[in-house]
Amino acid sequence: MRDVNVIIKEKIEKFGKERQALMPILQGIVGDKNYITENDMVRVAEALDLSAAEVYGTTTFYTFFDVVPRGKYVIRVCKTISCHLSGKDEIIEALEKVLNVKLGETTEDKKFTLLQANCMGWCHRGPVMLINDEVFPELTIEKAIAIVEEYIAK
Amino acid sequence: MAKYEVNLKINDIPVSVEEGATILGAAQKLNFRVPTLCHHSDLCLAGNCRVCVVEQKGARALIAACTTPVSEGMEIFTNSVKVRTARKHIIELLLSEHNSECTNCYKNGKCELQSLANEYRVNENNFLKLVNFKDYQVDRSSPSIIKDDSKCIRCQRCVRTCASLQYVSALAVAYKGDKQKISTFFEKSMNSVVCTNCGQCVNRCPTGALVEKNYIDLVWDAINDPNKHVVVQTAPAVRVGLGEDLGLAPGNRVTGKMVAALKRMGFDSVLDTDFTADLTIMEEGTELLTRLQKALVEKEENTALPLMTSCSPGWIKFIEHKFPSLLPHLSTCKSPQQMFGALAKTFYAQKKGLKAENIVSVSIMPCTAKKYEADRPEMRDSGFKDVDYVLTTRELAMMIRQAGIEFTELNEENYDSIMGTSTGAAVIFGATGGVMEAALRTAYELVTGREVPFKNLDIVPVRGFEGIKEAKILLQNVKPEWGFLEGAELSVAIAHSLSHANKLMTAIQNKEVSYHFVEVMACPGGCLGGGGQPIPTNEKIRRKRMAAIYEEDTHLDLRKSHDNPEVVAIYEEFLGKPNSHKAHELLHTHYTKRNKY
Repeated sequence: MRDVNVIIKEKIEKFGKERQALMPILQGIVGDKNYITENDMVRVAEALDLSAAEVYGTTTFYTFFDVVPRGKYVIRVCKTISCHLSGKDEIIEALEKVLNVKLGETTEDKKFTLLQANCMGWCHRGPVMLINDEVFPELTIEKAIAIVEEYIAK
Repeated sequence: MAKYEVNLKINDIPVSVEEGATILGAAQKLNFRVPTLCHHSDLCLAGNCRVCVVEQKGARALIAACTTPVSEGMEIFTNSVKVRTARKHIIELLLSEHNSECTNCYKNGKCELQSLANEYRVNENNFLKLVNFKDYQVDRSSPSIIKDDSKCIRCQRCVRTCASLQYVSALAVAYKGDKQKISTFFEKSMNSVVCTNCGQCVNRCPTGALVEKNYIDLVWDAINDPNKHVVVQTAPAVRVGLGEDLGLAPGNRVTGKMVAALKRMGFDSVLDTDFTADLTIMEEGTELLTRLQKALVEKEENTALPLMTSCSPGWIKFIEHKFPSLLPHLSTCKSPQQMFGALAKTFYAQKKGLKAENIVSVSIMPCTAKKYEADRPEMRDSGFKDVDYVLTTRELAMMIRQAGIEFTELNEENYDSIMGTSTGAAVIFGATGGVMEAALRTAYELVTGREVPFKNLDIVPVRGFEGIKEAKILLQNVKPEWGFLEGAELSVAIAHSLSHANKLMTAIQNKEVSYHFVEVMACPGGCLGGGGQPIPTNEKIRRKRMAAIYEEDTHLDLRKSHDNPEVVAIYEEFLGKPNSHKAHELLHTHYTKRNKY
């Protein structure tokens, strides 16, 4: 994990000090350690001369900006209607068993977090899940388990 | 460049308005009321509540009147069956996300959503109730403001108020969709964030989601306790606002009626914050002249100039959070409320032969931040809590109604003494620029022996609603003891609302400007537009209250603080002279650096 002030400085050099730099900075922080802390938000507010509540508002608006620690691999199963109809509940149930967590939880070894997400635009090939930035469409229970087991072995 | 006139029809009536005007504005011009919730004339447009939808001929969907600009030839219907049906559904949808236990609500009878529900005869629950009361915790942590998310309809008036009027943004919109809420930073309690307690959000909240913490029952208890001597002080701006909550039009001065009502309610002594406003001028004026002497004669380089006023507790908390390096500039004078409190339980108690512990000191303020101020740990110089309970103008109106007093029928009565006499200089504390004007009336005369060189003592350049005002006043032919000020040009600035204060402080911090004396009031228009004043408060109403304040000043015989006979007497009998040791003990205070985020 890098010093949050260094991340902020880098992003400001690239995107400036105006409000529009807020998103890239938050992306930079979340990309580095999977979540954004209270202290990070204060540092960002300081750097951009925003109120901390505004930074918190933007952070919580986007589900990918987590404010609690997440596992190294964040699994997000699409919960929207197409994926729902094509069986996302069964996929989630299977993954809960493999990982031994409930939806929303992180494994004890901090390797995996299992979440749901809104539509990812893959409705034609659902059910779909994301693991960090990688998309896995046309899931079956077996396929989902196999993919996650590969990550477990990593 | 001159703006084009746009011609349109509203409900078949032709109207012309300037280009860029909204349909709402055009409808208002024709005296058609279109209901609104998220819209507020002090704030930027939002268009999120949708109750202002209207029908446009030829258009498929209804449009929001508050955000849609007029266009040539437009034909609008503000009250068609389609519009009324849609509005009713919109109100029902808002109610489905709203804790509608109206009889338990502090805003019962004063809620904009409730009155719309009434107007549209909402009588069915067509939509699922989405509010599970158990999921909500009411935040009562602040001594000034209660935040109850179960009543919030997410119109975001509070967020826009806190951001654009006050540049504080203690509140922001967090999460989205059905999880969307108005939140502080990390959902911390209201008393631990940068909130200044100014209450401008409370004044604009259309429902009961943000209300003042009320102390009504505690004050009735004190009044009804035979062992307690209850004194009440009334702030300058209350007398020009109170009438609005008791059936009178904005701009009515109700000083005498208010005094009569307070006496009928059972207060043992009805006194005036204006007395300590006059005292503030003596203390703060002396402090200014002392600092000028230090800077100009003793050449002390680190003399903190400009001196900044300290009457507005919202402003004080703002500078403590945002500009801690400027704290030495603040006058050490307590606000008039707190000076009064400290004197009520010392000087007044002595004169009346009362024990301080048996005195309950109540103040009526146009302000919610005053509740916080009274709770500050340093405000106990009498040995007790100097001001026990602070009520807003709205709370007083409610108590007058509770007491069954026909306010408009009351005969005017006079304040009691001691600490009930005041001057016009104190009354104008209620308007932006008023403290400055009062200070100049006294300081100029003290230094030169002559009245300020303005017609009728009206120092017009420091009046009005411009965000930041500046003025200069030349000191000539001064008295011998003020020789060091001969030929000096006293330079002053005034800011009201914290967004303007922020601009002014930034300029001062960056040394882009320099002044000798700066007045800041946290609320738009000064105290007359305070967070504790009647709802609604807007530019039009603030102007009427301002006119009433200056009218009150003109009507008083005494218009300069140093002419107040009770002020003269209290120095002779009790305090010695301005900025004396005793004055410092009771009337001055210190400030605290606070977290910026």
